[in-house]
Amino acid sequence: MAGAATQASLESAPRIMRLVAECSRSRARAGELWLPHGTVATPVFMPVGTQATMKGITTEQLDALGCRICLGNTYHLGLRPGPELIQKANGLHGFMNWPHNLLTDSGGFQMVSLVSLSEVTEEGVRFRSPYDGNETLLSPEKSVQIQNALGSDIIMQLDDVVSSTVTGPRVEEAMYRSIRWLDRCIAAHQRPDKQNLFAIIQGGLDADLRATCLEEMTKRDVPGFAIGGLSGVCVALGCDMFDCVFPTRTARFGSALVPTGNLQLRKKVFEKDFGPIDPECTCPTCQKHSRAFLHALLHSDNTAALHHLTVHNIAYQLQLMSAVRTSIVEKRFPDFVRDFMGAMYGDPTLCPTWATDALASVGITLG
Amino acid sequence: MKLSLTKVVNGCRLGKIKNLGKTGDHTMDIPGCLLYTKTGSAPHLTHHTLHNIHGVPAMAQLTLSSLAEHHEVLTEYKEGVGKFIGMPESLLYCSLHDPVSPCPAGYVTNKSVSVWSVAGRVEMTVSKFMAIQKALQPDWFQCLSDGEVSCKEATSIKRVRKSVDRSLLFLDNCLRLQEESETLALSSRLECSGAISTQRSLLLLGSSDSPTSASRVTGTTGACCHTRLIFVFLVEMGFHSVGQAGLELLTSSDPPASASCWDYRHEPPCLVLQKSVIIGVIEGGDVMEERLRSARETAKRPVGGFLLDGFQGNPTTLEARLRLLSSVTAELPEDKPRLISGVSRPDEVLECIERGVDLFESFFPYQVTERGCALTFSFDYQPNPEETLLQQNGTQEEIKCMDQIKKIETTGCNQEITSFEINLKEKKYQEDFNPLVRGCSCYCCKNHTRAYIHHLLVTNELLAGVLLMMHNFEHYFGFFHYIREALKSDKLAQLKELIHRQAS
Repeated sequence: MAGAATQASLESAPRIMRLVAECSRSRARAGELWLPHGTVATPVFMPVGTQATMKGITTEQLDALGCRICLGNTYHLGLRPGPELIQKANGLHGFMNWPHNLLTDSGGFQMVSLVSLSEVTEEGVRFRSPYDGNETLLSPEKSVQIQNALGSDIIMQLDDVVSSTVTGPRVEEAMYRSIRWLDRCIAAHQRPDKQNLFAIIQGGLDADLRATCLEEMTKRDVPGFAIGGLSGVCVALGCDMFDCVFPTRTARFGSALVPTGNLQLRKKVFEKDFGPIDPECTCPTCQKHSRAFLHALLHSDNTAALHHLTVHNIAYQLQLMSAVRTSIVEKRFPDFVRDFMGAMYGDPTLCPTWATDALASVGITLG
Repeated sequence: MKLSLTKVVNGCRLGKIKNLGKTGDHTMDIPGCLLYTKTGSAPHLTHHTLHNIHGVPAMAQLTLSSLAEHHEVLTEYKEGVGKFIGMPESLLYCSLHDPVSPCPAGYVTNKSVSVWSVAGRVEMTVSKFMAIQKALQPDWFQCLSDGEVSCKEATSIKRVRKSVDRSLLFLDNCLRLQEESETLALSSRLECSGAISTQRSLLLLGSSDSPTSASRVTGTTGACCHTRLIFVFLVEMGFHSVGQAGLELLTSSDPPASASCWDYRHEPPCLVLQKSVIIGVIEGGDVMEERLRSARETAKRPVGGFLLDGFQGNPTTLEARLRLLSSVTAELPEDKPRLISGVSRPDEVLECIERGVDLFESFFPYQVTERGCALTFSFDYQPNPEETLLQQNGTQEEIKCMDQIKKIETTGCNQEITSFEINLKEKKYQEDFNPLVRGCSCYCCKNHTRAYIHHLLVTNELLAGVLLMMHNFEHYFGFFHYIREALKSDKLAQLKELIHRQAS
């Protein structure tokens, strides 16, 4: 997830972010990102289109849902089809024919999480390609070079990723290295006028390390910051942009997102349920199809079933963010959070502790 | 419904089928094809992506093999499969089997036919079959039939004869059941609308129809339908009189303006007779005598059209069967549509049209999609000279490579790649930034490149199937449009020559 430049007042002119409203109780904000491929209202949910495609839905369908920014993964695209080909195809925008904004990550995360034989040194991340077995080094320079070829509107620094469960000196080492790698990324960045390089705040679960990292990175002139590993209540904590594979991935397992959680539509209980997934949802799937039909289709080998759910789940996330934004602008965000949590969990005591605590820390109490 | 032929040239029928559907205002062009679906949905496509395709046929094909297992759900749903699948405006034809998945032989008995669904085998007697159709409420449906003969090699004459006998018996039983359920439905609807009173005076219409022929109410629709049905009701139900309102309906030729219960054009609460048309199935394997018998006997029944079954197989078996086909269609009435199952390749389509076939299934573009290929064959028999040169050079190059690859590759659909298509998985498309087919106006060709489709296939992305399906369907529907145009302007020979040049 990412937040924009840290000037807090509405009157200042940050590079790409324009603040529209702020919640007086929590740190939630509503704003606009001014990016090369158009304006994006925040807070915003960014669907993840890993390999230059949004999992079975066309760019026209994605546009029709109101999406104005989505994600591509540098690790995957760097291997297949590769940066040279994408450059020939007029960048990732041209290759996948997406007219709006794109954000790419550095490739570092997948490297560490997907590749069993990866090794991190000061140089970069050394790994073996799972497709052709060749050994490659992903350095900060190489990551930026690939992302320059992809041409995404927001690009990410290569950071030294450490799992949040790790403790000890490795966390501090990764934090300081990420700062050094940020400087190398900034130096290597060939297109600062066309592509916005974001820094990634590290430091694990150690508040002091996080503070140090923040202090150092904000000294660099970057248009935005990212924080890895958290989610959910982060709008309340002041985050503007969220990406997640959850809605698209869960769609492919037959799961539809609803205010009370999710519906496992393959289950027999939906066999004769002739209502839509969500009567309040305005997406094409809910306009045209019943849970019963989707249930039947999910039990066939027609992939259309998955596409119906992907459309709905993305629409759901986008609609949710839009509702969040409206509540911030209309100065009733805390009530919105309470209603949302109520619908999802019922009793406030059933809400997960981390969420209750985090919300309380910014002045929003549940129940 | 009414089939009107514009012209017949060289055995090919060009025309329209009008007054189709529940509201009677749909039209279909012939020769034409039906939209292939799996479990009521075009493969890979949602409503949005389906509607991006130009030229989608007015009628979609549903398969009982994918829908029979949902019988209970559809019965409870009550409003018919069209609405259930989200295609309420489409005409629907329900076939027994899925043309793409061959079904194992040995499961037809004198009393039942089995279809194979994802959940397993579904055995259907005539009454179960008709109950399912009642829940589905399609516009047309293939009658229960014994089509196993085509699954096996070298079937005995005895077996072939049995397939014809069984299919005729199934047909007669289905027709009878349909009639019975209609008169029952009619009576209950008339009762509930209050048009019947239970006085004991018999009222006869001044109809010229004799009682025996009037009992045959299935097989025709049209303005006279409702009067004939009421006559049957009176004869069969005995001594009921029709109330004043009912009498007005019977004696007037137009539905009265005040009729709240009999205007069949606008669905009143319980009185619309939504009739599904039975399509009779012509069997007979490869035995001429049996084929003719099947055709003649089926033609005697009041079916809405004919399905020519048992002609599916590989290209060599079709060649032998084409001779049978002409003889069969010669026995069929001109004013009823002829469908054929299992034939969808462009060259085979043309051969069958020349032998009097009107409607085809569109599963070929789906098979092409499943093997990661795109249809590229040319059907524009009158292109501008420059385009021809470019396309020809391209096609020749591709055909050369094709010959080499065809021999080695077999595909996921157990079919070899034909010369009507290109294989997007091939490395040479990795940097090809052209559309699949230059000049194609489909969503895929207007928005994406061969290189992109290649990437999607290599990375196993779901979008590959979506985009290829959109292109392949549009290309295929365009082909049928050109067939009709060629027939209109007497240019079929040119089109045929063009297709055959590419079929090698």
